[in-house]
Amino acid sequence: MKLREDQIERYSRQIILSEIGGKGQSKLLEASVLVIGAGGLGSPAALYLAAAGVGQLGIVDSDRVELNNLQRQIIHSTGDVGRPKVDSARDRLHSLNPDIRIIPYNLRLTSANIMEIIEDYDIIVDGSDNFPTRYLINDACVLADKPLSHGAILRFYGQVYTILPGESACYRCLFPEPPPPGAVPNCQEAGILGAVAGIIGLLQANEVLKYILGAGKLLNGRLLTFDALDASFREVKVLRDTDCPVCGDRPTITELIDYEEFCQL
Amino acid sequence: MSITVQIPTPLLKLTGDRSEVTADGADVKELIEDLEENFPGIKERICDETGQVRRFVNIYVNDEDIRFLQRENTPLQDRDRVSIIPAIAGG
Ligand SMILES: [Zn+2]
Repeated sequence: MKLREDQIERYSRQIILSEIGGKGQSKLLEASVLVIGAGGLGSPAALYLAAAGVGQLGIVDSDRVELNNLQRQIIHSTGDVGRPKVDSARDRLHSLNPDIRIIPYNLRLTSANIMEIIEDYDIIVDGSDNFPTRYLINDACVLADKPLSHGAILRFYGQVYTILPGESACYRCLFPEPPPPGAVPNCQEAGILGAVAGIIGLLQANEVLKYILGAGKLLNGRLLTFDALDASFREVKVLRDTDCPVCGDRPTITELIDYEEFCQL
Repeated sequence: MSITVQIPTPLLKLTGDRSEVTADGADVKELIEDLEENFPGIKERICDETGQVRRFVNIYVNDEDIRFLQRENTPLQDRDRVSIIPAIAGG
């Protein structure tokens, strides 16, 4: 792909990085990334991916913007309250960078629609806010062999992890089953600091950019955790589980599961 | 013997908001019993009725997942660092 004058100017500060260059910028412009959730994690992730010139950005969300979202979901503005989040996100991303294609999906992901949606993308960003969707996304990405950036947050704490199906451990290798309803509080019940959402969402964007560029070392095989009160990062090893129900040697999950009936948080 | 234990966000209420506590035990099972004595209620959040660590909680001894060591029987040594990490879903 030959870069236009305005593209060279827009992306000049990253094109001068030896890990990127004109070649890397072309890779970014030819890449497609699906951001699931235009919320606390998806907002910063999508903004930075759009700014970096990721050529196609899909955004999935079925919610409308609420006033209590704005403390952390920085892709939306006060005037967007009441609008579908994907519309608000599309407008903001388009005004930031009209050079890229933004595809809104105003829907809730289910076992019936996820496979055809992720099919069109190179890598998936999980910025969803509930366990049923997270396990659905993991299983779909493993079955479809799509790389997945996982991020999750609670109060002053966050986790980031990158999944390369077939190569490194998936989310079920890490946590084989979702907790029963009510066992782990969500952000609505327990609260979340906006800056924590920003930090974790940007670590996810950082993983996606490195994946596309083939630069550096990804967070596959290691779970990075962040504690905002300590201002500390920690890392633990994540091994591939040969008994993993979806990516193990004898997988028991060969079809997608909709967990919502017994696991509504 | 003194082992440092990292307490995850969802369990902080049980430790009076202390994210790092010290505990004793020759193995992980004993460590959990010791935690339960000091912070009643913490064991049932980590383990199921049979005493096994729950499927959405992991315990790491010096950054290694005990499921790939000797599970609840994984031996502990003075100054080991134990992390309890549960699945969280917020976004
Ligand atoms: Zn797996």
